[in-house]
Amino acid sequence: MTQATKLPKRKTSKVRPLFDGPEWSFELIRKVHDVMGEIAVGELGLDIYPNQIEVITAEQMLDAYSSIGMPLMYRHWSFGKRFARDEAYYKRGMRSLAYELVINADPCISYVMEENSMTMQALVIAHAAYGHNHFFKNNYQFRMWTQPDHIIDYLSFAKSYVAECEERYGDGAVESVLDAAHALMNQGVSRDLRPRPRNVMQRERERAAQRRAYEEATFDPIYRTLPEITREGPEEPTHVQAEHRRLGLPEENLLYFLEKNAPKLEDWQRELLRIVRLLSQYFYPQRQTKMMNEGCATFIHYEILNRLYERGLLTDGTMLEFLHSHSSVIFQPAFNDRRFSGLNPYALGFAMMNDIRRIATDPTDEDRQWFPQFAGCGDWMGTLRQAWADYRDESFILQFLSPKLIRDFRLFAVDDDAKESSMDVAAIHNEQGYRDLRRRLARHYDVATQDPDLQVTDADLSGSRRLILTHHVRNGVLLEKAEAERTLQYLAQLWGYRVKLVETENGGGRVLKEHEALPMP
Amino acid sequence: MQIVDRRLNPKAKSLGNRQRFLRRVKAEIREAVKDSLKTRKVSEAEGSEKVTIRSKSLREPSFSTSRNTGVRDYVLPGNEEYKVGDEIPKPQGGGGGRGSQGSPDGEGHDEFTFTLTKEEFLDLFFDDLKLPNLVKVKLKDLKAPKTARAGFTTEGPPARLNQARTMRKSLGRRMALRRPSEAEIKRLEEELAAAEAEDPPSAAKIATLRSALEHKRRLRRTIAYIDPIDLQYNRFERVPKPTTQAVMFCLMDASASMTEPLKDLAKRFFMLLHVFLTRYYREVHLVFIRHTSTAAEVDEDTFFRGTETGGTVISTALEEMLHVVKARYSPADWNIYAAQASDGDNFHDDMPRCIQLLDKEVLPICQYFAYIETTHGERFNESQETPVWHGYADVGRRHRNFAMRRVAAPEDIYPVFHELFSAGDAAA
Repeated sequence: MTQATKLPKRKTSKVRPLFDGPEWSFELIRKVHDVMGEIAVGELGLDIYPNQIEVITAEQMLDAYSSIGMPLMYRHWSFGKRFARDEAYYKRGMRSLAYELVINADPCISYVMEENSMTMQALVIAHAAYGHNHFFKNNYQFRMWTQPDHIIDYLSFAKSYVAECEERYGDGAVESVLDAAHALMNQGVSRDLRPRPRNVMQRERERAAQRRAYEEATFDPIYRTLPEITREGPEEPTHVQAEHRRLGLPEENLLYFLEKNAPKLEDWQRELLRIVRLLSQYFYPQRQTKMMNEGCATFIHYEILNRLYERGLLTDGTMLEFLHSHSSVIFQPAFNDRRFSGLNPYALGFAMMNDIRRIATDPTDEDRQWFPQFAGCGDWMGTLRQAWADYRDESFILQFLSPKLIRDFRLFAVDDDAKESSMDVAAIHNEQGYRDLRRRLARHYDVATQDPDLQVTDADLSGSRRLILTHHVRNGVLLEKAEAERTLQYLAQLWGYRVKLVETENGGGRVLKEHEALPMP
Repeated sequence: MQIVDRRLNPKAKSLGNRQRFLRRVKAEIREAVKDSLKTRKVSEAEGSEKVTIRSKSLREPSFSTSRNTGVRDYVLPGNEEYKVGDEIPKPQGGGGGRGSQGSPDGEGHDEFTFTLTKEEFLDLFFDDLKLPNLVKVKLKDLKAPKTARAGFTTEGPPARLNQARTMRKSLGRRMALRRPSEAEIKRLEEELAAAEAEDPPSAAKIATLRSALEHKRRLRRTIAYIDPIDLQYNRFERVPKPTTQAVMFCLMDASASMTEPLKDLAKRFFMLLHVFLTRYYREVHLVFIRHTSTAAEVDEDTFFRGTETGGTVISTALEEMLHVVKARYSPADWNIYAAQASDGDNFHDDMPRCIQLLDKEVLPICQYFAYIETTHGERFNESQETPVWHGYADVGRRHRNFAMRRVAAPEDIYPVFHELFSAGDAAA
C-alpha cells in the first residue's frame, strides 16, 4: 500500500476523480487498487493476502473456465468438452463471460478481462481482490481445508505427474482412471475428518506435549479403582468387525477408500485418484460457502465504491455504470418469473450482509428479540467480519436470517411428494413460519445433506472381494438409476471386482433398491 | 500488489484438452462429417464445420438423486397469495415449480454441438489418406530454388540496405569515438558569444572556449556521421526447396449423355481431390478441360454448367491437357495431377489413340491420373463394360500412377476416394 495518496475525508472541489472514461491502464489499476486498499484495510479492517491481478483475454477466460477456474490443470478430455461448449455458447452470444475469476491462493490471484471498462475493473478489484480475498483468508472452512500457499505448486505437480503417466502408461490408461475418478469426485470428500497438514512434525510434537500435560493435570487415581464394565453377549470382535476396523469402514470418501484399498490398482493409479480427491477437497469449502462468499464480496465492493464516490474519487458516470451492473448482479426474480433459476446467492448474500449492518446499527424490537447478541451493538463491521470468519452458508442462515429478510424476499416453503399430483405450501413469511423457513433454507445450503449419502460398508477382501456401498436414502429420494449404474461401472473398474450398491431407508434399514456392476475386462 | 499482463501468454492453453476430446469422439465425428458431405454443397467442402454428435463416450456420470422419487421441499422467493396448507398443482413435465431445474446447461443431454476448425475438419475427413508412395518419392526429388533471408552483409545493392541496423552501428561508433553532437557545438558557441559579450571580456576564457570549439568542430568533421563500415545489407541466399505447387487437371465429357446428376458426381470428386491436394501443396492450380468431339479449356462455371452437343472424342481432351502443360506447367516445376470423369462413352476409333497418348505422353508426366466413371442411378454391373473402361483397364495394369473407379451415387464418392488414397499404393 502506498502512503502517497492521502484519502480526502469528504468531497471537496479540490478532489479530482481517480479516472474518467472507459479506458483502463496498468497504472490506473494500480492506483485504484492502492486507494481501495486504504478503505478496505484501513477503514473496514479487512485482512487479505497480497494481491496479484492478471489481465487476460476472453479466450483465456474460456480456458480458465474449462479447467474449473484454475490457472494450471492436468489434461483431460472433459475440460476440452467444457471449452467447446462454453466457446459455442459464448460465440452465439448465449452466455457472457464473468468479469473476473479469483483463485484461493497466496498471493490471491484475480483474473480480470481486458475488455472490461475501467469502472468494471474497479468493481472487479473491489469484489475479488478485497472481498473474496478477505473471505478466503479468514473463513474457517478455507483455513481448515485448503492450503492456499501450496495449491499452485500442487497443481503444477499434478499436471506434470499426469503428463508423465500418459507418457509412460499411455493416454488411454490414464484417461480411464481419470474418467472414473471424476465420476466419483463428489464422493471424494471427507466431510468430518479434518485433514492433517502434512509434514508438520513440529506441530505433532507440540500436540503430544499438550496431551501429556493434560493427562498429568487431570490425573485422578480414584477413577482407576472403578471396576471395569463387563458387557453382556459376545465381546470378542468377530473377524468381520476386525476387518472393517482395519479398512476404516464405513467410509464416506470413496476415492480415499479406493486409493488405499482397491486390490488391483497400480501405484500411479492410486496417485491419480489422490490428485482428484485432493482437488475435490480443495473445492469443498467453496461449495459450502458460495452464498456467503459472494455476499461478502458484493457487500465489500458496494461499500468501497460508495465510499470512493462520497469523497469525489469517482465520477457520476462511473457510479451509474457501477450501479447498473451491481443491480443486475443482485437481481432476484420471483419463483413464477421466467428468469427464475433458484435463489441468487449474490442477492441473498448481499441482502443478509446489509441486514446484519442494519440490525447492528438500527434494530427494531423484533430484531432485539431475535438477535440479542449483536442487535444495536453498533460495531456492524466487527459483527460481519466475525460472521465471515466463523460460519458457512448453512450455519450462517440458521444464525443470521432475520424475519425482516424473510418478509422482504417473501419466502415460502413447499413440500413436494413425488407420488402426489400437487405440492403443499408448508410455511410462509409469518410468525409461525419464520423459524421453519429458516431451518429449511439452511438445510438447502448444507452440501452434506444435498449430496446423496453414500458409504462403503463392506469389502470382502479375503473372499469374493465384493465391495458393498450403501446409500442411506433420505425422505425416500433414490438415486437416478441410469446415472448411478454408469457411475457404479466406473467404480467397479477401479475396484476390479464386483460392486454392489444398496439403497436402504435411513434408520430403518429396509432395502429399497439394489444396483450391481462388474468390471469389464 | 502485482499486476501481470497475461494477454500475450501462449494461446490455446487447452489445445491438449481439445485434442483429447476430439480423439474420444473421433468415430462419432467422422460419421457426422461423412453425413454432412452427402447433403452439403461441394463448394463448401473446405470451410469449418459445425458438428452435432450424440455420443455415449462424452457422458460424465455421477451419483445424483432422482427427481421422481421421495419427498423433497423447496424454499422459494416471491410469494404473493399462498397460505400454509394451499395446494399447488405440479406443472406438466415435472420440475416441481422450479423453472429451469431440468437441465440448466444442457449437460444432461447426450447431444453435443460444437465447431471444428478447418484443419480439424480436414484432418478427420482425410484421416488415414495419403498421397500414394510413388508420388511421395517424386515429391522429395523435386527441388526449385527459392531465395531466403540469410543474415546481413557489409556490401550489397542500395535497395537491400538495412537502415535500422546501419543506424544502430553508426550510433554506436559515434558514441564510442565521442563525436560531438550539434547541440554541444551550439552550446559552446553560445558560451563563447556570452564570454565575448562580457564586460570586460576575459581573454583567457575566450581562448579556452575557442580552442575547445575548434577541437569539437574538427572532431565533427573527421568523424563521419555514417561511415562505410556502418553499412549493413540484408543478405539473401538461394536455397533449394521442394516444389510445393501442383496443378490439377479436371477433364470431363461435356456431351449430352453427361446429365446433371452425373456431372454433380464428377464435381464432388474433383472438389475432394482439390481439397486433398491443398493439404500437401502450398498452391494448387486448377485447369478445367471439357470435351465433346473437340476440347477446350474453360472456367469452372462453364465446366460444370454448360452442355454442348456433339460426339465424344476423349483424346482431344488429353491433347489439350498436354498443350496446356507445355504452355504453362512445366513438369519440372509442377506436380501434375489429373482427374478424368466420363460416363464411359467414347468414339470407338478414338480408344487406341487415347491409350497411346496416356501410355506415352500423359502418364509419364503425371503424378497421378484418376479416371472416374459415373453411372446412372443403379450400381454398376461388372459385365457391362463401357468402351472406355475396357480400354483403360489395360493402361491401369501397366502404370502404377493410374487408377480407375466407378461411382454411382454421391455416397460412393468418399469411399471411392478413400480407396484410391488409403492403402498407400496407387491402387488398381
